[in-house]
Amino acid sequence: MSHAPYATIIGLEVHVQMMTRTKLFCGCSTKFGSPPNTQVCPTCLGLPGSLPVMNRQALDLALRAAVALECQIAPFTKWDRKNYFYPDLPKGYQISQFDLPFSSNGMLEVVDPKGALEPCRVGIIRVHLEEDAGKSMHDEAAGTGDTRIDLNRAGTPLCEIVTQPDLRSPQDARTWLNELKLLLDYLGVSDCNMQEGSLRVDANINLHIPVPAAGGAADRVAKTPIVEIKNMNSFRSVERALTYEAARQWEDWQATKAEMGKTPKQTRGWDDAAGVTRAQRHKEESSDYRYFPEPDLVPVTVSAEHLAKVRDSMGEPPVQLRKTLAATWKISPYDADVLINQGRDLVDYYEELARKLGDGKVASNWMQQDVLRILNETNGIIQSFPVRPAGLADLIGRVVKGDFDTSRGREILAKMIISGRPVDEVVASLGIAAVSDDDVMALCRELLAANPKIVADVKSGKEQAAAGLIGQAKKKNPNVNPGKVRAVCIDLIRGMDSRQAER
Amino acid sequence: MQPLELSAVDLVAALRQGDISAVQCATVFLDRIAATNGAINAFLAVDREGSLQRAADIDARRKAGKPLGALAGLPIALKDVLCTTDMPTTCASKMLAGFRPPYDADVVRRLRQADAVFVGKTNMDEFAMGGSNENSAFGPVRNPWDLSRAPGGSSGGSAACVAADMAPVAIGSDTGGSIRQPAGLCGITGLKPTYGRVSRRGLIAFASSLDQIGPMARSAADCALIMETIAGHDPGDSTSLSVDVPRYSELLDKPLAGVRIGRVPEHYAEGLDPEVAKGVEEAFAVLKAAGATVHDVHLPHARYGIPTYYLIAPCEASSNLARYDGAHYGHRCKDLGQAGRGAGSAGGGCESPLVEMYCRSRAEGFGPEVKRRIMLGTYALSAGYYDAYYAKALRVRRLIRQDYLDAFQTVDLIGGPVSATPAFKLGEKTDDPLAMYLVDLYTVGTNLAGVGGISFPCGFTKSGLPIGFQLQAPPLAEPLLLQAADRFQRLTDWHRRRPKSLEAKA
Amino acid sequence: MSTTPQALTRQDIAKVGLLARLALSEADLERMTLELSKIVDFVSMLGELDTADVAPLAHPLDTQNVFRDDVPVASLSTAEALQSSPRHDGECFLVPAVLGESGAA
Repeated sequence: MSHAPYATIIGLEVHVQMMTRTKLFCGCSTKFGSPPNTQVCPTCLGLPGSLPVMNRQALDLALRAAVALECQIAPFTKWDRKNYFYPDLPKGYQISQFDLPFSSNGMLEVVDPKGALEPCRVGIIRVHLEEDAGKSMHDEAAGTGDTRIDLNRAGTPLCEIVTQPDLRSPQDARTWLNELKLLLDYLGVSDCNMQEGSLRVDANINLHIPVPAAGGAADRVAKTPIVEIKNMNSFRSVERALTYEAARQWEDWQATKAEMGKTPKQTRGWDDAAGVTRAQRHKEESSDYRYFPEPDLVPVTVSAEHLAKVRDSMGEPPVQLRKTLAATWKISPYDADVLINQGRDLVDYYEELARKLGDGKVASNWMQQDVLRILNETNGIIQSFPVRPAGLADLIGRVVKGDFDTSRGREILAKMIISGRPVDEVVASLGIAAVSDDDVMALCRELLAANPKIVADVKSGKEQAAAGLIGQAKKKNPNVNPGKVRAVCIDLIRGMDSRQAER
Repeated sequence: MQPLELSAVDLVAALRQGDISAVQCATVFLDRIAATNGAINAFLAVDREGSLQRAADIDARRKAGKPLGALAGLPIALKDVLCTTDMPTTCASKMLAGFRPPYDADVVRRLRQADAVFVGKTNMDEFAMGGSNENSAFGPVRNPWDLSRAPGGSSGGSAACVAADMAPVAIGSDTGGSIRQPAGLCGITGLKPTYGRVSRRGLIAFASSLDQIGPMARSAADCALIMETIAGHDPGDSTSLSVDVPRYSELLDKPLAGVRIGRVPEHYAEGLDPEVAKGVEEAFAVLKAAGATVHDVHLPHARYGIPTYYLIAPCEASSNLARYDGAHYGHRCKDLGQAGRGAGSAGGGCESPLVEMYCRSRAEGFGPEVKRRIMLGTYALSAGYYDAYYAKALRVRRLIRQDYLDAFQTVDLIGGPVSATPAFKLGEKTDDPLAMYLVDLYTVGTNLAGVGGISFPCGFTKSGLPIGFQLQAPPLAEPLLLQAADRFQRLTDWHRRRPKSLEAKA
Repeated sequence: MSTTPQALTRQDIAKVGLLARLALSEADLERMTLELSKIVDFVSMLGELDTADVAPLAHPLDTQNVFRDDVPVASLSTAEALQSSPRHDGECFLVPAVLGESGAA
């Protein structure tokens, strides 16, 4: 157990964009990166007289996420208006969910595949669906005093996921976020890309500090004021920001002994460049959102049948898939974890490879040592990896059979990637021909005849001397399998009588 | 033939038969508008060029034997609360002066497809908030029956326009009585359909759970004709009902035998003008003579209708009007940097330029009644008050709706006054907001319950002012409403009377 | 739930004015305080009714589950989107600089 003088209490509020083709309440595209104000219509612009109509797919994806997060799904749910003024919110209200969110009371656990760390179980208070706001861009450099508003993003479907304050360290927060991202990726719910804004995180953090009591009274726990941290742009920032803030609160506590409840909840923005959190400007008035039921939308009921359909469409979540993968393909939990963490597409590739090869372990090795390595080097993704499982299985099979050694195999793979051609063609183009057993035998006899010293060494027990034959063998015939040559030579040497060796 | 005297039904037939061309027809009404709008101020925008062009196009297509829509060539006026791409849409507010929406309201689209000719946009109470059309930023509308009196509101321009023969049909909107009450004060027929019967897409929202668009014309038969075009499901409006649209015109000629009409004793409290009470009684007598039976029914919570309405409507409005902030469209104040000069806040005026822009743009763009309702709604929704006001009103709303559903167990229709008084003088109620709110006494229940209601003239006061009668019906009972009103109009001719005051001026 | 008649204070009105983003002059504040007090007093008569067992009616309809398919529909052009904007630069809406934090907590 930690001997830190305090416990760090962290809760997260995550906004995730649903991977629908269109917005939550209108048919505008949700494509990222388009020129400003090219994906807008009367509804998402909040023009007078415009009305919202709910995107069925957005609800279904949100249901998928909530089910995977083990939430209870409300059979009856409704929509509410959250009223506030801001230029990226053209209607002057956001359509969201207030008192009857469609799901609540869930949990997401992170388990260490090496079993070294305790599982981290984080409760989920609620998951609800709401529309995103547009983008405000303030051009400091231009110095015009204007803010530019792009409403392309306004109306994009968002799931808001609010956790219990169950996280106990910045590292846990980061790990948990990774697991959430993986889960949502596996579900096809969101691509969780923080750089593109499809996943945003705010964190709430405070410290619980044991205060030893004087004079026989019971010890108590002092709680520092909760701080909300915003403006973290990556999971790493989240970890750094929380680390900084915990330390800052500890210093603050020692200086002021200020406890929660006596000061209002503070919001601080993370400055990644400076590595600090800063208090944000005090608002003119505390936000009174005046929530009330959205009159332009009718409520939604989620039937048991509908929920069953959602479950059926889901597939296994990562936490389950890790175990299944390890068991099915007889690989270690560590290997399964590495593969799973690359996402569903890579796992699909792996499984097809393993199936075709008939060997999960060998497939896993090639995936990690070769495919992943190449993908990392080229910044590529598995979907566009030029060699598909069938082709790769073909190649690996031949290496296993002994047609070529591993390094030759890599050469062939590299050529397959560049040319897009299958194994046979690449082998032919590289001038690699399979070497027959007779040829190997003939070659070995040649080598042995030419290398009496090595023969003598091997005979006297130094089998490693045979390695000296490999280079020569390759020079004579580059297509030959070095391992085979070595084995055959040693066999021959063992089978020789002293008279043959001396000749 | 005098197009100004024909019903919409007859005009459409005349146009179809070639007795009159669309251009001739449009010209007659446009000339009428030009002659009378100065006195009445029913129109905020008149599209002479556009409508004549459209009419010419219809005539050409008719000549070429091309198929035409059901309302081909019929001039129609649109309340300026409906989005039109080819005419400004202002809601009679400085906030939207000159505003051009990039899309047409669904109702506008349907009417266009039916080849109607839009002659212009009619005046109204600003953002549909009012009962006299005195809240317009572009001047009040005057009642064609007596130019010193109000036409009612908020669809005052639409009502006056039909009453003065400036168009055979106008489209209005009704949130707490805004079609029915001005129809009653102007001696015409106006229908508020069941909530969800007509799409609200493109209707600039006042109170989303109460608003409905409806026809205003000289007769129920004309309203029926228009309803066939504007009613129907719109997938772009989540609150639009997925129910087939009856052929209203074909259902009209039905006897009233066996129809039970409720009479609500609570309606006849003090405050109801005696001449109006008499007119209403006479209307019941006509309906009885036509075969209907009249029974007492109670709407026990009727007196809570106004306070319920004046909580729900302003609350929804305060949110619906938040989008008018000067940021993306509409009026934006000039010369920022005046924060501190009464930019009204508890913080004493230290707002950022952005907040100043919001506060001043909205203060400049909205009239006093709109501001009042926004303030009321904001207050009633704010932290600590929600349960006592807004939530409370929603509960009473359920009681009011239940009253109607209970009443409709024993009667098919509910009849009664549409307004406690005939048209009142301009300026009479403008000093006291509450007094103005009470003009909606007989009409807010219909919107709160979400049911349909129609009003039509049932007589005149001694001084020649129209008296209106209202029928309310269960959800989706528009056919019955129209039948009853139509039957009444076959037996009486109140609806054919025209204001004399205009003849002298025309 | 009883609603005792509220005498709204000038401070209440000023606070609501800011929430509603409406600039109010001294005269406005004066007048609004009177008018709104009267109106709130009037609507408070709803407190006479016992609604403890009555559920709120937010929609007059009984409909539920109205959806649309996730199929893209043509958007407005940027020009159309900006056509009514008081200030824009051809690509974006322009508003006075927004500094610091975002609008919502």
